[in-house]
Amino acid sequence: MCTPTKRAQWREDLQHFRKDHGISKKVLLNCCLVRRIITWASPSPKDSVEDELELSAVRHRPEGLEQLEAQTRFSRKELQILYRGFKNECPSGVVNEETFKDIYSQFFPQGDASTYAHFLFNAFDTDHNGSVSFEDFVMGLSILLRGTVQEKLNWAFNLYDINKDGYITKEEMLDIMKAIYDMMGKCTYPVLKEETPRQHVEVFFQKMDKNKDGVVTIDEFIDCCQNDENIMRSMHLFENVL
Amino acid sequence: MAAGVAAWLPFARAAAIGWMPVANLPMPVAPTEKNKRQDELIILNVSGRRFQTWRNTLDRYPDTLLGSSEKEFFYNEETKEYFFDRDPDVFRSVLNFYRTGKLHYPRYECISSYDEELAFFGIVPEIIGDCCYEEYKDRKRENAERLMDDQEDNKDAKLPNMTFRETMWRAFENPHTSTMALVFYYVTGFFIAVSVITNVVETVPCGSAPNQKEVPCGERYTVAFFCMDTACVMIFTVEYLMRLFAAPSRYRFMRSVMSIIDVVAILPYYIGLVMTDNEDVSGAFVTLRVFRVFRIFKFSRHSQGLRILGYTLKSCASELGFLLFSLTMAIIIFATVMFYAEKGSSSSKFTSIPASFWYTIVTMTTLGYGDMVPKTIAGKIFGSICSLSGVLVIALPVPVIVSNFSRIYHQNQRADKRRAQKKARLARIRISKTGSSSAFLHSKRNGLFNEALELTNSTEDEQRLSKSTSLLESQHHHLLHCLEKTTVSTHILQLYIFLLFLTNHEFVDEQYYQQSYLEAGLQNYPSRSPSLSSQDGVTGTCCTRRSKKHHTPLPNASAPAHMQPLTHTHTHPQGLQELSTIHIQPLSTSRSSLNMRVDEPAPLNCQSSQITTAIISIPTPPVTTPEGDAHLPAGPTHQNVVKVSAL
Repeated sequence: MCTPTKRAQWREDLQHFRKDHGISKKVLLNCCLVRRIITWASPSPKDSVEDELELSAVRHRPEGLEQLEAQTRFSRKELQILYRGFKNECPSGVVNEETFKDIYSQFFPQGDASTYAHFLFNAFDTDHNGSVSFEDFVMGLSILLRGTVQEKLNWAFNLYDINKDGYITKEEMLDIMKAIYDMMGKCTYPVLKEETPRQHVEVFFQKMDKNKDGVVTIDEFIDCCQNDENIMRSMHLFENVL
Repeated sequence: MAAGVAAWLPFARAAAIGWMPVANLPMPVAPTEKNKRQDELIILNVSGRRFQTWRNTLDRYPDTLLGSSEKEFFYNEETKEYFFDRDPDVFRSVLNFYRTGKLHYPRYECISSYDEELAFFGIVPEIIGDCCYEEYKDRKRENAERLMDDQEDNKDAKLPNMTFRETMWRAFENPHTSTMALVFYYVTGFFIAVSVITNVVETVPCGSAPNQKEVPCGERYTVAFFCMDTACVMIFTVEYLMRLFAAPSRYRFMRSVMSIIDVVAILPYYIGLVMTDNEDVSGAFVTLRVFRVFRIFKFSRHSQGLRILGYTLKSCASELGFLLFSLTMAIIIFATVMFYAEKGSSSSKFTSIPASFWYTIVTMTTLGYGDMVPKTIAGKIFGSICSLSGVLVIALPVPVIVSNFSRIYHQNQRADKRRAQKKARLARIRISKTGSSSAFLHSKRNGLFNEALELTNSTEDEQRLSKSTSLLESQHHHLLHCLEKTTVSTHILQLYIFLLFLTNHEFVDEQYYQQSYLEAGLQNYPSRSPSLSSQDGVTGTCCTRRSKKHHTPLPNASAPAHMQPLTHTHTHPQGLQELSTIHIQPLSTSRSSLNMRVDEPAPLNCQSSQITTAIISIPTPPVTTPEGDAHLPAGPTHQNVVKVSAL
């Protein structure tokens, strides 16, 4: 807690620090002050209640309809429909990861969809601020539903690349695979064994990793996918969705 | 899946991008919507208030009225909207259910009207959200209880054929049903009181013999008390056996609380009779006499308050249990503490922990007899803590019990009030119903008048009258007429209705006429009808006229002004009959033609009438009109049965 005595003590420290290091007040203010105030004001890690309070206090309004129309490939009416559904579920205008997971698990109740939803959330949350606003949401959908094959594959690569370093490693792929298999749950026939995801990853890497360097780059990925019949045929899944 | 989540389906489908590159097999083809409609607004007009929503919103719940094709039945082509003639306030909740997926129950709404609306729109009440479900269930339970109360009241109504046993049982259960039951009720009450007072007075010390110690009255007047006791027990035994005989389910009766109290009340006496004066068991016998005090519980049949108290205690069993348990815990704790605190002091009364129980109880209930007091300082401190905590522990469950009692008591009050008001309510309802049945007669009269006016072509009057009865009423009356036609003989008629309208209630005593013509009808019918029917056919009956033999004195009649042409007949009582015939005929009919029809059926102007009006004439002397006099006396005096049947 930021008690008065502590605050006074800190002010004193700051003055000493400034004197010792000859830093101008303004610079110091910008650097340390803000951060220290934040850490002093809320020493405990944020728990979900505060999180919710913060989010409920946040009222995010999306950009105008015309701008979104220009930026995405949706028509005006489609944007209207999308926004109405979005706003109904998330009246505050932003989705946080919990809601994301909740919604996704309602579609796949038989298994545990939270891991996959987590990866999806990170993929949608392009500016990595912990919440997906309507613009992020619509941009993502625009690419996935109305984009070219190249764009879609690019997006998929982005999804698989968990740490966003441009390479998909076997570990990342294994995580993704496990997440997908988790979503299926136990109700598969034949029953999935423990090493099925691992085998699946091996198969995937066999296919994708052309130069056998243990990682898949984006070019390898896109090339490989475009040459794969199955994948190309499955692209129709994204038509007529809206 | 919640309705709102359906809006996220595009997102879910898009997210499948993650599976595709790793999939082993190609994805199956997605289902396409054949005729994909653009989402449209539909208008729901509920009693004038227009609600608008997207069609998709309603389609979320396809097993309800609004979500299925059932709503097409309510579609209004002209206004292109769906019209429901229901309560718009409740409809708000219904529509919000479609929008949000949660059904709420508004508190101000009556539970039965809400249930009806839900049933109409095909929504199951169980999906009411958790926020409102408690309230809904409470209200529903209250309502059900009230209905059950009403039903129980109806059970009291005397059934036509009740066996002696059933009558007796009813008399026992509800003393207000007959005087015998009331007498029995008071007699048993009196004897219960006598018995209890006897038991009490038995132990009072009455005067003593000079050099003996005081003896209680029971020992002084042994015989008297024994006789009193015997009498009471006799009465109680007889009552018990009668109840046992009359009970519909003997086994259930024997298990009920009241019967157990009855048995316990009379058993000591019989046991006392049976037992010998054995020294060993007489001690036990004395204990048994204690049970005689249970007779006072027999009063609960006589007092409703006592019954409510008993019921409250039964329903608050858990609170009472909690009270007991917490008290026991506290007593043990404090008794232990006090014992060890007082162990040190000399001549302490706290000799053991159980001995300290007494002190703890007395202190916790704030009685404070003072027979045991702590002497050490520690003991006094703990003693004060004990008394404070006692107040708290006892005060906690008591309000719950009190509120339960209050609720049950008020419920009973309300039930009694409702029962009392019921009679007045039913009486008022009956009055309004008879009002509507007289409206029926009124309209019949108007119906006749209507038809008559059609003949006479006076359209203004017709219009005036036709407005006065609604379509529903007229159809209802038509139905009743049809029933009449089926059940009542066509030759008998309601002349009085006709006369009513004719005479505007001025000089016709309807009841009198009703009686007299019914007599006439009943008497004349068998002899005349065959010939009538064979001769006349439908239209002929309207004109047939017979004169009846005997003369029934008619009240003095002064013809109303519009019957001018016939005023000269009013000197003859039977002129009324002619009045009627003439009125029904077109005015052009001459009187002579009427008179001609004494013996033969004359179709005459009756053909035009869709009125198969048959006038039953009042038993009148032979028609003597100035013109037709000559004919009638000559002809045989027939019954004047002119039949007018309305419609």
